[in-house]
Amino acid sequence: MDPKAFVLGMSALGAGLAVCACIGAGAGQGYAAGKGAEAVGRQPEARGTIMSTMLIGAAIAETTAIYGLLVAIILLFANPLIGKL
Amino acid sequence: MDFSNKNLWPFFRLGDFSIYITKTLVSTWFVMAALIIAAIALRLMIDVNSNSTPKAGSIQNIVEFLVEMMSGFAESNLGKDLSWLGGYFFGVFAFILISNYSALFGFRPPTADLSTTLALALNTFFLIHFLGISRRGLAYFKDYLHPIFFFLPMNIIGELSKPLSLSFRLFGNILGGFILLGMVYHALPLIFRFALPDALHAYFDIFAGSLQAFIFSVLSMTFIKEKASPEKE
Repeated sequence: MDPKAFVLGMSALGAGLAVCACIGAGAGQGYAAGKGAEAVGRQPEARGTIMSTMLIGAAIAETTAIYGLLVAIILLFANPLIGKL
Repeated sequence: MDFSNKNLWPFFRLGDFSIYITKTLVSTWFVMAALIIAAIALRLMIDVNSNSTPKAGSIQNIVEFLVEMMSGFAESNLGKDLSWLGGYFFGVFAFILISNYSALFGFRPPTADLSTTLALALNTFFLIHFLGISRRGLAYFKDYLHPIFFFLPMNIIGELSKPLSLSFRLFGNILGGFILLGMVYHALPLIFRFALPDALHAYFDIFAGSLQAFIFSVLSMTFIKEKASPEKE
């Protein structure tokens, strides 16, 4: 088999697997949004504070997904393995 | 498809090593020009010494509202004695916001380059530790031994990961949106390219762009307050 084709195909598979990191972030953000809606329902006058706290928390939860996305982007567009052949 | 940052022309050469003017740099210049022109125009249109209540909806009114909002926000996030940093964070917010919006005009957004976001995050990093040491002295170093001395390496890694996570979050969000939009444009036939990606532009450039600019400045303020003037003590 052509080694270049093998490395490229495996890199594409690896990129797909790396984006699995987004599962956790999606679940976490959904949980945060649900809890935020609960908090607004219980205390509608504190809507602004709850919103900004929730957004910051969701952004922090998103970081792990972004790491996975970056690994996928590096594998697809700036592959470091292909130069090692 | 190629989404990498293109070298446009060499800036200077030093042996084998050369520094290029990249696409990111050119769009950063446009963003800077837009911000500087807006700042000068707004400064010329308002009267700083007026004490009368401005007419509702006038430029004076809008600028005063923005400045009051900015200082109120800085005071609630940084505390009273650090609220002078609000101007810097409003500048960072405006720069990131206009950078993210510049994708709407066909530029490569400057924040889709790790150099830009890492520079902004390192500013925050040095502000955190400079203000922490200069305002708290020894108590700042005691923070690193917080529960017990055993946690020292963990605390140091935690501090070092702050600029990394700040810069990667902004960079990944904007670059992800940029690549996704590029793929959508590539996949659509020419006649559909005018209308269909608008919803994606509204989400990735306008919504996510404003959100990331807001989050970057708020998280920086929170980190600085945590180290420079914590509530406990």
